[in-house]
Amino acid sequence: MLSAPLEPGFDYTRSYGPLLGRFAAGLRACRILGARGADGKVHVPAVEYDPETAAALSELVPVSPTGTVRTWSWQSAPLSGQPLEQPFAWALIQLDGADTAMLHAVEAPGPEAMRTGMRVHARWAAERRGAITDIACFVPGEGPDERGELPEVPDAVEEMLTSPIHLSYMHSASPQESTYLRELAEGRVVGMRCPVCRKVYVPPRGACPVDGVPTEEEVELGDNATITTFCVVNVPFPGQRIKPPYVCAYILLDGADIPFLHIVLGCAASEVRMGMRVRAAWKPREEWTTNLANIDHFTPNGEPDAPFESYAHHL
Amino acid sequence: MTDVAVVGYASSPSVRETQGTTNGVEMLVPLFSEVFAETGLRKSEVGFWCSGSSDYLAGRAFSFIAAVDAIGAVPPINESHVEMDAAWAAFEAMVAIRTGEVDTAVVYGFGKSSAGELRKILALQLDPYTLAPLWPDSVSVAALQARAGIDAGAWTEQQMAEVVAASRRKARANPRSQLSGEYTAEELLAQPRFADPLRRHDCAPVTDGAAVLVLAGAERAEDLCERPAWIGGMSHRVETPHLGERDLSTSVSTKAAAADLDIGGVRLAELHAPFSHQEILLRQAIGLDEAVEVNPSGGPLAGNPMFAAGLSRIGEAASRIHDGSADAALAHATSGPALQQNLLCVLRGER
Ligand SMILES: [Zn+2]
Repeated sequence: MLSAPLEPGFDYTRSYGPLLGRFAAGLRACRILGARGADGKVHVPAVEYDPETAAALSELVPVSPTGTVRTWSWQSAPLSGQPLEQPFAWALIQLDGADTAMLHAVEAPGPEAMRTGMRVHARWAAERRGAITDIACFVPGEGPDERGELPEVPDAVEEMLTSPIHLSYMHSASPQESTYLRELAEGRVVGMRCPVCRKVYVPPRGACPVDGVPTEEEVELGDNATITTFCVVNVPFPGQRIKPPYVCAYILLDGADIPFLHIVLGCAASEVRMGMRVRAAWKPREEWTTNLANIDHFTPNGEPDAPFESYAHHL
Repeated sequence: MTDVAVVGYASSPSVRETQGTTNGVEMLVPLFSEVFAETGLRKSEVGFWCSGSSDYLAGRAFSFIAAVDAIGAVPPINESHVEMDAAWAAFEAMVAIRTGEVDTAVVYGFGKSSAGELRKILALQLDPYTLAPLWPDSVSVAALQARAGIDAGAWTEQQMAEVVAASRRKARANPRSQLSGEYTAEELLAQPRFADPLRRHDCAPVTDGAAVLVLAGAERAEDLCERPAWIGGMSHRVETPHLGERDLSTSVSTKAAAADLDIGGVRLAELHAPFSHQEILLRQAIGLDEAVEVNPSGGPLAGNPMFAAGLSRIGEAASRIHDGSADAALAHATSGPALQQNLLCVLRGER
């Protein structure tokens, strides 16, 4: 079976809203704020709604950057993105003045330096952006005192949090897809026939969507095909290979029952039509890999148009 | 409203890595065949299909749509999906049958955890403002809970090791289990800590797998199954996503779900506890006494296919009703970090 690393990534942007926006602005100014409920309970980190009563909360009060470890665990092999690169402790820390605990990292030489009930204080990141990561981590011991030494609580609201998410996978092709991709590397397009409905799928599927059984019998398909439907791409976008306008079409290879998307070149976009006969234009052999992009594009093959009835049920 | 029963169940072997795709098709095709053969139900008769899976786990968008290929969805089917354990898909299907909308349902869950970094992916289910940016992984979060319970005197490391030893021992009789064997608690306690206070064996393994459950209303159940497992009650509750707001040494949501149900006569429970201490916690929260046998299948510590393991708890418990070895059984499923959300289902041999 073919497999390859897959590393999707995306920068999520989330608006903070009024309450979390002030909490985040506090972090940028090296202050930790809690949300006070109607019962007087101070929630840190600030929560928008009281977890008990679901009442919307709006009052924020500053709490101390020093607090007590309520529980902890040891991260012996930190993962990318976590607060510290060397082994560290995760802890739920109840800050002085807060009634709930916040999760963060505690820098410590080893698990033997950690215990429930120990005192820790926040160490601030040198560069802050209005996010929970503005606290670089907590470190053992008392921090600066509530009286005098702490920065002022800012009258500001952060608007947006940008969270880059990057994950790593090993993506596997199905047995049928693997055969198809290996054949492509040899310059052949191979589909597979469903043993029940006899339809030929290209690319072949792990299961026929009609019958729910794996497609099995290999069918080699030629280079000639019919355009079932198409669109003219006029809009530029990042990563575009070809300058618009150009044609993106559903290509039904002769002998196949399912069309796939490909590009049509070799004639003006305005000349492309439903039923037009085309053939695959392969890249030079030395560029072939396990990829449908081995076919650079489809181009008119000069045959008369296919009658509508011949592809109507593949639309 | 009509009574609903579990009338069929199939699950794939729990394995560390399958060769198939992350859309589950290769794991699901044989399981659908198995439940159709077992129940005599035909595909065209199924009133409702409902699945549980995760695109983050699969590393691709709309992976559950690709999984529909395994059904053979022509002509079009009545289908739904939850982005959580398929036990919640079973809840949705149960409601669809009880309201009379359909008379049968097939529920399935699948996960190929081996494709990515499971413990890191699960950090993305946390609060996106105050937790997820720190990437607290699922094992570390569970370890915080384990210590909270140890400190509170709710359980001990000795008891946690005994849970693992029992799971490994029972799993020897389950051919689909991933981890099994004979160990003493002392042998397990001699192992080094992995995420202090957790040792590796306190954590469910990373598993690829799938499970399929068939539900039917009273009119159909006895045609499809000699001894249907009647759903006596099903309830689920969720807690705040803010970890520091919760008392992690117990489970308020499990207690609330248990209070909704009559668990009288239950002598067998399948608990979805992916960490050893959580089995003890759940036993306490539900109020199961020592006479109740927990996880005769080995449970999630013997194999934990994400998004299917909770559904499998219902299936394993139902199987014990089907074969006559139990008259009443309890199944539990969880979702979210450190048992944030919990579902309980009572199954009985009598309506
Ligand atoms: Zn077919």
